[in-house]
Amino acid sequence: MVRYVANKFFFMLVSLFILISATFFLMKAIPGDPFTSEKKVPPAIQERLYEQYGLDKPVIQQYVKYLGDIVQGDFGISMKMINQDVSKIIGQTFSASLKLGVVAIVVAVIVGVALGMLAALYHRRLIDNVAMVLAVLGIAVPSFVVASLLQYVFASKLHWLPTMGFKGPLYYVLPVAALTAQPIAFIARLTRSSMLEVLHADYIKTAKAKGLSWMAILFRHVIRNGIMPVVTYLGPMTANIVTGSVVIEQIFGIGGIGKQFVQAISVRDYPLIMGITIFYGILLMLARFVTDIAYVFVDPRIKLTKGKEG
Amino acid sequence: MDTNSIKVMTTPADLTPDDFRKIGTDEKEAEVIQRESISAWRDAWQRLRSNKMAMTALVVLLLITITAFVGPLISKWVHGYNYYSNDLLNTNKGPSATHWFGTDDLGRDMWVRTWKGTQISLLVGFAAACIDLFIGVIYGGIMGYFGGRVDEIMNKFSEILYSIPYLLVTILLLVVMEPSLGTIILALTITGWINMSWIVRGEIMQLKNREFVLASRSMGAGSGRLLFRHLLPNAVGPIIVTVTLSVPNAIFAEAFLSFLGLGVQAPIASLGSMINDALTGWLYYPWRMLFPAIVISLTMLAFNIFGDGLRDALDPKLKK
Amino acid sequence: MKKSKSLLLLLTLVLAVGTLLAACGSNDKKNSASNGGNNATSNSGEKAANSGDEKLAADQTLRINLSAEPPTFDPAQAQDSQANTVLKTMYEGLTRMDDSGEPQPAAAEKWEIDGTKYTFHLRQDAKWSNGDPVTAKDFVFAWERVLSPNTQPAAPYAYQLYYLKNAQEYNEGKVTDFSQVGVKAIDDYTLEVEIVAPTPYFLGLTSFYTYYPVHSSVKDDDKWAVDASKMIVNGAFTLTNWIKGQTIEVTKNENYWDKDSIKLNKISMSLVNSSATELASYQNGELDRVGHPNGEIPTDQIPILKDQLKDELGIKGIASTYYYEFNVTAEPFDNVNIRRAFAMAIDRQAIVDNVTLGGQLPAFGYVPPGIKGVNDEYRNEHKDDYFTENLEEAKKLLEQGMQEKGYTKLPEITLIYNSSDAHKKVALAVADMWKKNLGINVKTENQEWGVFIENRQNLNYQVARAGWTADYNDPMTFLDMWVTGGGNNDTGFTNAEYDKLIAEAKSTDKAETRDANFSKAEEILIKDNQVLMPIYYYTNVSAEKPYLKGVVLDFSGGVDYSRAYLTEK
Repeated sequence: MVRYVANKFFFMLVSLFILISATFFLMKAIPGDPFTSEKKVPPAIQERLYEQYGLDKPVIQQYVKYLGDIVQGDFGISMKMINQDVSKIIGQTFSASLKLGVVAIVVAVIVGVALGMLAALYHRRLIDNVAMVLAVLGIAVPSFVVASLLQYVFASKLHWLPTMGFKGPLYYVLPVAALTAQPIAFIARLTRSSMLEVLHADYIKTAKAKGLSWMAILFRHVIRNGIMPVVTYLGPMTANIVTGSVVIEQIFGIGGIGKQFVQAISVRDYPLIMGITIFYGILLMLARFVTDIAYVFVDPRIKLTKGKEG
Repeated sequence: MDTNSIKVMTTPADLTPDDFRKIGTDEKEAEVIQRESISAWRDAWQRLRSNKMAMTALVVLLLITITAFVGPLISKWVHGYNYYSNDLLNTNKGPSATHWFGTDDLGRDMWVRTWKGTQISLLVGFAAACIDLFIGVIYGGIMGYFGGRVDEIMNKFSEILYSIPYLLVTILLLVVMEPSLGTIILALTITGWINMSWIVRGEIMQLKNREFVLASRSMGAGSGRLLFRHLLPNAVGPIIVTVTLSVPNAIFAEAFLSFLGLGVQAPIASLGSMINDALTGWLYYPWRMLFPAIVISLTMLAFNIFGDGLRDALDPKLKK
Repeated sequence: MKKSKSLLLLLTLVLAVGTLLAACGSNDKKNSASNGGNNATSNSGEKAANSGDEKLAADQTLRINLSAEPPTFDPAQAQDSQANTVLKTMYEGLTRMDDSGEPQPAAAEKWEIDGTKYTFHLRQDAKWSNGDPVTAKDFVFAWERVLSPNTQPAAPYAYQLYYLKNAQEYNEGKVTDFSQVGVKAIDDYTLEVEIVAPTPYFLGLTSFYTYYPVHSSVKDDDKWAVDASKMIVNGAFTLTNWIKGQTIEVTKNENYWDKDSIKLNKISMSLVNSSATELASYQNGELDRVGHPNGEIPTDQIPILKDQLKDELGIKGIASTYYYEFNVTAEPFDNVNIRRAFAMAIDRQAIVDNVTLGGQLPAFGYVPPGIKGVNDEYRNEHKDDYFTENLEEAKKLLEQGMQEKGYTKLPEITLIYNSSDAHKKVALAVADMWKKNLGINVKTENQEWGVFIENRQNLNYQVARAGWTADYNDPMTFLDMWVTGGGNNDTGFTNAEYDKLIAEAKSTDKAETRDANFSKAEEILIKDNQVLMPIYYYTNVSAEKPYLKGVVLDFSGGVDYSRAYLTEK
């Protein structure tokens, strides 16, 4: 086990290195730089800025320097938000995204799995149909439409909830609802589909034949095996929700890391782009890592030892 | 045949030999399969056909696709409208006899634009989903099947690719290459297939330790045969669920790009970009959002229901 | 297996604790929630009433939205209109602009002007927010900081100070002794400024943020403008809270010399960049003012609002021009007749009435209304009749231009614009008009901001969207950019006579000479060469609650909230 984890960890470092390199050169290949502006700055000042931020050096030299800084844990300072530490910017904006994201993930998993299970247990009956219509609607309506509708109904018309901002529990309701519509639908469908499979599997029949109580079968076998694909989906979903809620953040005016990232790219704030990329990367890899490990526990058929037999 | 036993078991007392008739005793004939032999695919098709919901969805999908291509022609023919010509004196007009879906903020006919947009969205969705499917299944299949080092390396590769900020890649692509539909599709698929590959990998990892795989292997099946004839067909359920989701995902991802100003180039529209354009004024001009939203939702709905039906039909484990 | 299970447990624990910590770290946000809600205005006004029948509301908290977060609050580094809005509440320059664009006394009580020499007498009661007096030395310190080649990072707007004698030389490192630069503190309250050439608008410039004083404590602390607790300011408000991406909050500065005319207690700024959300929350009573210059009212909704919010919607012309520029070095726009044909073949009135909808004025010149001329506005003294919209004429000119260039059919034209709904709509409308009126195939291409700017600056385009807003109230701010090799001349236009006219205007303070040169230059630019195709003069479209009073919009669209107040509803 320790070897497995150490091995995974080493690969994570290697991936991170590749990620940093790829992003760095991609970023540099995009036209424009942090000091491009509509009202052009005189060349003398522009050159001094390049020099002060080291942008006058060859890209490869900048890259080596950046790697050196990163190894020392120095994310540098933003080139656009004068004198502000990249790590601080990430910390502040991520805290909003994280809070929203964690709530959204919990809601999505609980509601999604519950819907999917109900649908599978009552296969081809009313509950199944209702649950699946709900799930499909969640997938069928674009999230920005859902968000706008929710905002209109609950904030503008009914005045139950605030239109925008992120200042207290009430401010979570609408963004979370808009953010989870799709994952709930996805999880519900995945759960239903894999639960159905499990319900038809021989070992369930065996368990029934053994005279095991229905509850025991449900909890010991069906759920455990049925939520396998959900576990797989959890990794990417976590990353997606935590990092990719740009549209929802924008509509509800939540200053999350997604918005910051879009902003950083549009003004070519190199250190911030790199910082958020690395941060995203680590987050994603961790999510995958945890998923992989969780996998092992949920499904005893997967073995960790290496070799041809898996 | 032992007549005694028949007697014992069933015979009422008044049976006479006349009640019995000789039937053919040709043993060969008994072995012949009466029903026409059907392949797995025909079998699936038959099951699919009996699923009313799925068939309705298929019909809806076909109708939408056909209208997407025929709709603009009708309007062009009857009224001479196209998707790009402005009519600044008739902006934001509600549905009428001439403008069936109303007009937008530049006075363009929404009927034509909605169906043109449907064409684009379908194209983007299908193209992206096909590419995702193709790459994802092969990649994920290999990862899951071989496991070990191969899996480790390939998984790492996809993880790295996945963690490169998508927006960065997209901007770069749209800048380096001519901004076009092809570029957008490429941008969508560059990381889009990874999710599929992970799903497939998970399924294969789970399946490959099953008895039937062992059985097949012990009978000398090679890796290719095992993977493509046994493992993948058994993983077809989740694959199809994922594909039915990657179409809307691609369509929505394109809409997201529009949201950031990187979507299809105006005046060409996609359903997503039209909804996006309508979003700021939808309270007052609901038709501008409603029609594209209905078409996009209907498409997604149909696609999902059809996907479900397909899954039920294809999955050998659900055979009754 | 046991070992590994505990590992998983550990991981879960770490994640959970992390979440918890993150949640704890932000408890303070909840306390401020009540400020943003609906209850802010529900108190009945028990406090004393103001003059007249206006009763001041008890809670003087103004709630506005900035569509982008200001990257910095350091006046030397600021470069954008959002920072301008916030800095105006926190700092005070030598002068302050009133709503007619006239500089009024601010940190300077009075001044004498003697040709190129300005003597400012600072008010003795002006204080920094920490109680220190504001002295002439603070100005010298601030300006040196802007100009010094050692400032890290270099101040991008240092060139706004190039009017001072030797300032450019010092900034470029050609002069190393700052005492050579034309600014001196004669004593604590007398500031002597010497400028290079007579500049009629210099007084107005001293109200600009690059000219703000900064407290000398910032000298060795490069993080001062990042931290609300470290910011020492001399304006009406101090920065009290700044949560990245969420809110900025400024509170009344009790040490401000004119604090009695400041009625607002607090300005709370949200940072939402969706115009639809911004408007919805205004209509929901969560914001007191929306729209330009800090946000935008969705164009689709303007016609409706004109009807529904008649008394709240305000439209005001600002000194800013929206235009398309031609790359005069690229086919086919290297031909003036073709350029003219394009400029003539669109219907500007239709665009402002049906596309932009914000009451903009069709433009046929470059210098917008609102810019001062000799006795009246420049635009009133020189009508913008450099060309007219005329389809027949346009077709003829196109024909002629095509003959001159040897075209039988004009190839497809590409029009580029930077991604934005508003620009997209105008581009589509113009392209459609060209197509219909001139029979030309036009491709519209939106480009991401950085890419767009780069393409434009490298002359990698045919026709491009552009806009220019006044930096100061003088035609010069619009016309000096078109000189040969000018940093913002993205068209490749070069004209010796034009250069001469501008150079001459820069060296004289004779109003008539300058005026004559400006109008001649504009004629060369538009009438003779049609380097650009003006479309409309911008307006400021905003909505403001009836109980909000005293918001000042200046000629170029800058907004000053410092003297605003809320009356009872």
